[in-house]
Amino acid sequence: MAIKSITNPRLHLDILSAEDAQRIHTATLDVIESVGVRFPSPLALDIWEAHGAKVDREAMVVKAPGHLIEEALRNAPSAYTLAARDPAQDLPLDGNHVYVGTDGCGVEVLDPFTGERRRSTLQDVADIARVADYLEEVAFHWVAVSAQDCPPETRSLHELVAIWKNSTKHVQTESIYSAREARAAVEIASALAGGRAPLRERPLLSIMECTASPLGQDGGSLEAALVGAEAGLPVGFMTMASCASTGPATMAGTLVVGNAEVISALALVQLAYPGAPVYYAAAQTAMDLRTGGYTGGGPEDFLFGAATNALADFYNVPLSMGSFATGAKEPNWQAGLENSLSTLMASVVMSDMLLGVGLLHGSRIWSYEQMLLDCEIFDIVRKMMGGIVVDDETLALETIRAVGAGPAGNYLAQRHTKKHARDLWLPRFLDRRPYSEWEEKRDGPRDWARAQAQQILKTHQPTPLDPALATELERIVAGVEASVQQK
Amino acid sequence: MAQELYRAMAQSVIDGEVDDARRLAQQAVEQGLDPLAAINQGFIPGVNHVGEQFSRGEMFLPDLVLAGEAMKAAIAVLEPEMARRGTQRQTLGRVVIGTVEGDIHDIGKTLVATMLAASGFQVYDLGVDVPVARFVEKAREVEADIVGLSALLTTTMARQADAIKALTEAGLRPRVKVMVGGAPVTASWAAEIGADGTSEDAIGAVAVARRLVGAQ
Repeated sequence: MAIKSITNPRLHLDILSAEDAQRIHTATLDVIESVGVRFPSPLALDIWEAHGAKVDREAMVVKAPGHLIEEALRNAPSAYTLAARDPAQDLPLDGNHVYVGTDGCGVEVLDPFTGERRRSTLQDVADIARVADYLEEVAFHWVAVSAQDCPPETRSLHELVAIWKNSTKHVQTESIYSAREARAAVEIASALAGGRAPLRERPLLSIMECTASPLGQDGGSLEAALVGAEAGLPVGFMTMASCASTGPATMAGTLVVGNAEVISALALVQLAYPGAPVYYAAAQTAMDLRTGGYTGGGPEDFLFGAATNALADFYNVPLSMGSFATGAKEPNWQAGLENSLSTLMASVVMSDMLLGVGLLHGSRIWSYEQMLLDCEIFDIVRKMMGGIVVDDETLALETIRAVGAGPAGNYLAQRHTKKHARDLWLPRFLDRRPYSEWEEKRDGPRDWARAQAQQILKTHQPTPLDPALATELERIVAGVEASVQQK
Repeated sequence: MAQELYRAMAQSVIDGEVDDARRLAQQAVEQGLDPLAAINQGFIPGVNHVGEQFSRGEMFLPDLVLAGEAMKAAIAVLEPEMARRGTQRQTLGRVVIGTVEGDIHDIGKTLVATMLAASGFQVYDLGVDVPVARFVEKAREVEADIVGLSALLTTTMARQADAIKALTEAGLRPRVKVMVGGAPVTASWAAEIGADGTSEDAIGAVAVARRLVGAQ
């Protein structure tokens, strides 16, 4: 199955001027040098110290001079490809594509058949992967929900294997938080790629780690990222700095805090493995002023969605950007509004990867209906990004002459119309039926999305893994499980 | 004279002026005022005012947090004086709170701790990455009424269950109530592991804590 991406965009948005981006960068370097960033990992601190950064071992805070950060980041490649089991589904991160992944990592699932809300399991990970494999809007996987019926120590590995058994697309895991899991994941991906060297050549797996705002990292996540980078897997760090709680109330200030977290982590990876593929990742938001909660949408989120690519471009690395991820409790007006605006804003600036389709309630509850409705939102945005083509053919002067002036004429019977009718976008889920038909059936987008999800779940057979290979992957996971239990 | 000072104390909490609150508390000590009166007639009315404004949607969480910080600064000054006089502040209960081992996410837990303290609980914040044994030890040491366990990761949520088990084995349950929280925590998870309450946000957490200690 081909993958739908946004490419050759005709819409543009200048959300930050060159001067704005430079000021954010300068402020960020000031913060990294004067306030520092917390790196709670002896390994990470050793690397910083070896490169001349000021390291406070007690507080585990690193203060690095601006030139060290800048020089390290210059080694990061500006473009590379996320490989897939099916090479036709490889994703070049070259600045001319926007790809969508599934969201992650939810903890509950709305059952597509019963509607019941329940805790997520490994079977859900597999099912969601299979539906994502089918949908051409979904270009890559995140671990959409947590396999909570698997032991915590090896859960992330079970999740990876479940996805690969059900999909031929690239996997970006956001659920690995330790070097031990990362080493096993590299082993699994190597088995899949046919060895370490082929994996480096064609990274079937990329790794996404979260920073710990404000101005902190997670030790296990750092070490996992370093293991990934050593194996040549693209690694990214996502800030979720939030206005008024983990970042300043002002958006520019929150951009600085998040930027300091992300570029300091990427610089660390470059210091350890110069030239390793890395990416910027972000899902900033604003705290809800009443509850202190994560909002999952709102004008600040949409602006962050567009602004962050200006920063990723400034550092010349790809971006994995949080969009979709509505705070709504069910697929409704709020979900449509938030996911449309966030996706439009992140797309119009050509964020390389968008996260992601399918989760409700601030990335907590998986909904197949939402997944399919989100795909339609992306399809609309993709169509819009094509803009309006103006040339002799599209100006259609000859056809306009042929139809003539006045209401007696129309364009339905024109060859030009037949030729270009399919350029017009067609919905799968928007309700454009006559009112009487709706009145009679009383159904709508959610029902159709659910029906399609059920259909895919019942019928779609992904290209299977070679049985021997599948056994090998499971053996690797079982090996890790056994060694954990021994301890 | 005291009335004017009390009004200024309330205002310092309403404005979230931590330095003012501390200075006014010191002033009360220097003037030989009863520290309990300073709290109950000075600072508490300020906290109550902020709480009312919040519930009417006219003040927001940052106002609440700063009011809580101002209150905390004042109490830190007044507490030694209370101890010297052999008096004690009436609290709603003692809460031991922390983020479980393997998890370094701080802000939700800290917000709950601040709100609980501002609402009249005595709070012992153990920080993040807290081993199960430390929760048990501290709960025993301070004779806690409530233990609050925070987890943001689906992989660390299991530690909440471990902590409840350890509190039970230490013979502290059911006298010590347990609250669990964090983004992936659901009511069904809380029920399954035998927690006494959970809330999705800090304001709700205060209501749960009040219910658990039988306060109105």
